[in-house]
Amino acid sequence: MIEITYEFIVGLFIVVGGLLTLAATVGAIRFPDVYTRNHAISKSTTLGVTMILVGTLLYFFLFEEHFNSRLVLAIMFILMTAPISGHLIGRAAYNSGVKLAERTVTDELERDRKKGKQANSL
Amino acid sequence: MAFQMLLNFFLAFLWMFLKTSFTPAAFVVGFFWGLVILFIFRSYFPDRFYLHRVVAIIKLFLLFIKELILSNLNVLKHVLKPKMDIKPGIFALPIDLQKDWEIMLLGNLITLTPGTLTVDISDDNKILYIHAVNIDDVKESVDSIKNTFEKAIMEVSR
Repeated sequence: MIEITYEFIVGLFIVVGGLLTLAATVGAIRFPDVYTRNHAISKSTTLGVTMILVGTLLYFFLFEEHFNSRLVLAIMFILMTAPISGHLIGRAAYNSGVKLAERTVTDELERDRKKGKQANSL
Repeated sequence: MAFQMLLNFFLAFLWMFLKTSFTPAAFVVGFFWGLVILFIFRSYFPDRFYLHRVVAIIKLFLLFIKELILSNLNVLKHVLKPKMDIKPGIFALPIDLQKDWEIMLLGNLITLTPGTLTVDISDDNKILYIHAVNIDDVKESVDSIKNTFEKAIMEVSR
């Protein structure tokens, strides 16, 4: 009985992680511009990969009685680095002049940058 | 905080030397009594008792996990909707945090909140520029970002 519960938990983690990664890929195809794609990728894959790693950790811990600390480190590193890479890709895209999607409503960064330029030229 | 922790370790080692038993169990017991002593003498330190900060860090981590899951549900909702009716946009958010690591932490937390992504930080570290996937429902949640995240980070650094 307990064996089945363990299998269910491990399976849940891995399947949900896989589905989230799939959803991120679908988002990368469907969203209109770089920034919205970045949303889908940087969020869903972070949690998706983390959940797959947690599932692996639990599998080896529960069935092989082996606690793999490298998986814990990998989870920590992914959680720390994924949002930073998302931020840097968005920033690099903005600074190299990638256009926002047609449907974009406001762009306060452009407004503030123009203001800054005017202040500098005065 | 670092000084109090170091003192706690020192007291734990002192306990091990007093008991002449050098085992992890003796270290844990010594660490606990060191904690009690530090709690009694807490008014002699310039900053507050360091367990408060440890609790604040744990709370921040739980908040992080919660927001990560919520943001994934949000992305899932937008991705799987048959009709794409999002209204993306970039808005400015003035922040009160000052230290570099606090701003970095806030930026990372915002990147992993539902529907928001940090795009740029102004040169004077006072304004965060955030790209929102759906600006209508994000405008309201700006207040919650300010109240929950900034407060949680300030709780750690106070």
